[in-house]
Amino acid sequence: MAKILSQKFYDEMKKLEPRYPNKVALLLPALHEAQKETSWLPPEVMEEIGAYIGIHPAQVREVASFYTMYNLKPVGKFHLKICTNVACCLRGAEELVEHCEKKFGIKCGETTPDKKFTVMEEECLGACGTAPAMMLNDDYHENLNVQKLDRILEGLG
Amino acid sequence: MSETTLFIQHFGKDEARGLNYYLKQMNGYTAAKKAFGMSQDDIIGEMKKSNLRGRGGAGFPTGMKWGFIPKTSPKPKYLVCNADESEPGTFKDRDLMRYTPHLLIEGMVIGGFAIGSNIGYIYIRGEYTREAILLQEAIDEAYKAGYLGKNIQGSGFTFDLTVHRGAGAYICGEETGLLNSLEGKRGEPRVKPPFPAQAGAFGGPTIVNNVETLTAVPFIINNGGEWFAKLGKLEKSGGTRLFCVSGHVKKPGLYELPAGSVTLRQLIYDYCGGILNDRKLKAVIPGGSSAPVLTPDEIDVIVDIEPLMKIGTMLGSAGIMVVSEDYCVVKLIQRITKFYAHESCGQCTPCREGCKWMEDVLHRIEHGHGREQDLALLLDIADNIAGKTLCALGDAAAGPVSSFVKKFRGDFEAHIRGGRCPNA
Repeated sequence: MAKILSQKFYDEMKKLEPRYPNKVALLLPALHEAQKETSWLPPEVMEEIGAYIGIHPAQVREVASFYTMYNLKPVGKFHLKICTNVACCLRGAEELVEHCEKKFGIKCGETTPDKKFTVMEEECLGACGTAPAMMLNDDYHENLNVQKLDRILEGLG
Repeated sequence: MSETTLFIQHFGKDEARGLNYYLKQMNGYTAAKKAFGMSQDDIIGEMKKSNLRGRGGAGFPTGMKWGFIPKTSPKPKYLVCNADESEPGTFKDRDLMRYTPHLLIEGMVIGGFAIGSNIGYIYIRGEYTREAILLQEAIDEAYKAGYLGKNIQGSGFTFDLTVHRGAGAYICGEETGLLNSLEGKRGEPRVKPPFPAQAGAFGGPTIVNNVETLTAVPFIINNGGEWFAKLGKLEKSGGTRLFCVSGHVKKPGLYELPAGSVTLRQLIYDYCGGILNDRKLKAVIPGGSSAPVLTPDEIDVIVDIEPLMKIGTMLGSAGIMVVSEDYCVVKLIQRITKFYAHESCGQCTPCREGCKWMEDVLHRIEHGHGREQDLALLLDIADNIAGKTLCALGDAAAGPVSSFVKKFRGDFEAHIRGGRCPNA
């Protein structure tokens, strides 16, 4: 089977290996590193990770599906995760979600047909003092309102 | 304010995270040096004297916890920092990690030395991507300067520290769920006993401490346990606390104050400037969303572990969420319950089924389809979850529901009788 993951992935794993007493502990780091390259985790990638670690692909999937940050289906180029937990809701997060749904013509959890934007509701991001907050790919944006959100989205081009 | 603060004066400063700043402005790595000259028992003794209680939520005395680690072990011992910070309403560890990462590193070196562990992990929630990078930079700096790795500061002591990222699961804040996650498994909590101090990470004796707990350690070693204990204003609760205030206050954010020195009312009205738009207060959740709710006539309580426990709630991770009169409390508890239903790991039937059931009932009440018997039903489900699960998530879901139903019964009844949410 042709490899999908790059040499950089394998180099990174080699570097981490001595930090743990066994290879299974590399599973979460491996999933993170793989997702950086492929933006989501198709079955072939999970198979490749399983082969590297020496576990069954089903075990990879069992673990990957437990955590919300691993994308088990494709996501857009810009992945918006809007926190709608208590502190953010108290500060107007629902309005942000509605605004995005209307703006992109999709429901939460969906991706725009041009594969540019995915909008998701997120549980607490740990930015309650600067609520409402969202993640855009890996970055936090805080103290949001609809205008600020629009400015951020316009900047994405 | 003339009171001593340990952390907050460094927050917001980008330069604070560098080794240079830490060495020059914060007596960096002098506590580790001092600790290497002490016996393990003496260090744990100082920790006990300090009355430092775990800042992650349970409030367990840290010195006592360290004392549970067996002196000798055929398997390696581990020190794990719980940096999952997933309790809704809590946002202190994020600032500790991004502005004072070396404090955490030094605290872990001392902790490792005290319990005889050479291996540490910082389990950081996956969403804190940037914080994980900053931590790694600080760790690299510390390795380079000889504050981590082999023969630290010429002591002969070795300590290796690795940042391990979570991937989005509230339950990984529970220490045995965290350990499973660290081992590359689903973050499902384990049956206890054995407790982590006997068999934790990879089967070895393990201590799991919160970020704020570990960052307090260098101060305790440098200034003594008694000094730290005296910072607190209550017996058995030493040091300062980082209060995370969010929701409907004029000035949300972090406030660092001596433990046990302030009431909820003072915190909300004096420190945070009162309620947004000068509205009336409706409710306060004092310790993250797992804490039972308080009403406006209960806020003259000291914000600390014992006083809050006495009135049936908890300080938890000191995530204080303030709610004004114009927000519907039924909607609020429905949102909280939705969170627990989403985050239940599914191992224990009462939690897996009960949380979802409570959410459904709360949803129909909020949307005007509630029935008279629903309030008794909610209390009954909550009662059938509490204390009947492997970990505390079940209790964390049940306590808030019971407290909201009991304390805001009128609001629920108005929804049921009116067939709609009066605030909608």
